[in-house]
Amino acid sequence: MNEKTKFMLKQIAFYTFVFTVVAWIVVPLIVVALYAFSSKLDYYDPSKIIPFHYTKQWVYTLLFTLRALDAIKNSIIVAVLTIIISFALGIPAGYAIAKFIFPAKDTIKLSIVALRMFPIPVMAIPLVVLYIRLNLIDTLLGVALAHTAMALPFVVLITSSIFAGVSTELEEAAMVFGLTRLGAFLRITLPLALPGLAAAAMFTFVMSWNEVFVASVLTLQHRTLPAQILSIMAGASGGAAPDYYKFAAAFIMMLPAMLFIFFARKYLITMWGITLK
Amino acid sequence: MKVKASYLPYLLILPAFAYLMFFVGYPLIQALYLAFTENGAFSLATVNRTISDPRFWDALKYTIGLAAVIVPTQVGLALVLALVMNRAFKGKDLALYALIIPLTISDVAAGLIWYAMLSPSGFLNKLFLNIGLINNPVYFFGYQFRHMEFLAIVLAELWRATAIVFVIILAGLQMISPEYLEAAEVFGADYWTKLRKIVIPLLKPSIQSALIIRTLFAMQVFGIVWILAGRDIPILAGEGFYQLTEIKDYGVASIYALTIAALSIVLGAMYIKFMKAEYLEVKE
Repeated sequence: MNEKTKFMLKQIAFYTFVFTVVAWIVVPLIVVALYAFSSKLDYYDPSKIIPFHYTKQWVYTLLFTLRALDAIKNSIIVAVLTIIISFALGIPAGYAIAKFIFPAKDTIKLSIVALRMFPIPVMAIPLVVLYIRLNLIDTLLGVALAHTAMALPFVVLITSSIFAGVSTELEEAAMVFGLTRLGAFLRITLPLALPGLAAAAMFTFVMSWNEVFVASVLTLQHRTLPAQILSIMAGASGGAAPDYYKFAAAFIMMLPAMLFIFFARKYLITMWGITLK
Repeated sequence: MKVKASYLPYLLILPAFAYLMFFVGYPLIQALYLAFTENGAFSLATVNRTISDPRFWDALKYTIGLAAVIVPTQVGLALVLALVMNRAFKGKDLALYALIIPLTISDVAAGLIWYAMLSPSGFLNKLFLNIGLINNPVYFFGYQFRHMEFLAIVLAELWRATAIVFVIILAGLQMISPEYLEAAEVFGADYWTKLRKIVIPLLKPSIQSALIIRTLFAMQVFGIVWILAGRDIPILAGEGFYQLTEIKDYGVASIYALTIAALSIVLGAMYIKFMKAEYLEVKE
């Protein structure tokens, strides 16, 4: 075997490996999207690996009869509220960490890194008692407040790295020309940081959109999408819902995430790099 | 030049910090109260009620068991993936893009997606039936197939969360200066020697960090298990959820929460200790 064939074989092995890995990730997504629209007969026909007849029935029933559409609205409201509250609290903190030197900065940063690890179930279970007392139980604001607690450490860390990337000189120049610190921030730093912040907002949206434990525990009537889906589908063993509704549900749930990936792909790896270091 | 100011940064951080402190501190105190008091007085009745239930120990066992199977496999898999993908090739961006997709998919959706793959009329069963690899569908779901449910959860979790580990390790790989590897090459080191003597040791912080983060999140696994196995495979978060929503026993639910918290604090302390060490190292 000469060098050239050896190289060729290596290349083939490499691409086979990459192809297998990509297929492992992508095939389940394609399968669930096809099955979500599969006719009942095709799904239960063992000879049809991929369905040939399609129907919108399952998605429609899920959206309208099983109230997934209301749940989607609730999810969006909760996610938007979460973005607003967590950004209002997180941007000043992120800015302070990025642009100031002060004692105890490392300790504060480290404790925010650690708070990110705080388990959601631990927060949610006792929160029920407080929410009942405050009449926040089963409200979208209540869920959003809890989601903010979940998202805030990420928002602080992401925004601080975004602001650190915006040159301080520009801000100082603006201040030399008579803007206040706040004015310089609003007119110089914030616009420059905007694309990064938009990506961070999408990241927060997906976090809130995907979260199921808090939402299930804190709501009963006003369910977010994952909570609504969980209460319909809980326990495949129980067979609560027919299979094709499960696929329709998975399809609806993964759509916004896909859109997010498409729009924020430029920031994706950096962002997860920051949040998961 | 960074600006020095005496109180402004604290003022800016305070709202976020206070908010977080409240949402971490209040639940912990409330959970301790719910778990260790009865009618306003200290009592171990709730604790006894919890630990006398074999499901508590099962939940602990399965939560740790799942983590013990899933996390090391994920780290191994992600390491191989990162090593292979850490070079320029045609279609790299597309491949990376595909690998990252599961990061944005919720645990509930991931559970349902793998149900579509593994159910008796699911994709894999039909595929293997048609190419003649099996004669009857393999059953993954239902109480009598609990071992298979365990396997289904492992498969779904590997699919969903290996990407997180992959991103951490890939970032670590890209930080390794090529000069080290070039120097090794000058001294005649082959690929495996470089891997063993340079890459893996330098990757140790990333691997450690990925291990701890994944273990921490594995302690609170919920959606994927709840969708694929319900209570057939009891887990801490799931049992806590059940006690809270079905039994309305806030005390027992709190003990499940505190158990997760205790496991997380131990792991978190390890994480901070090691983060701090790494941080100081870089600073010097």
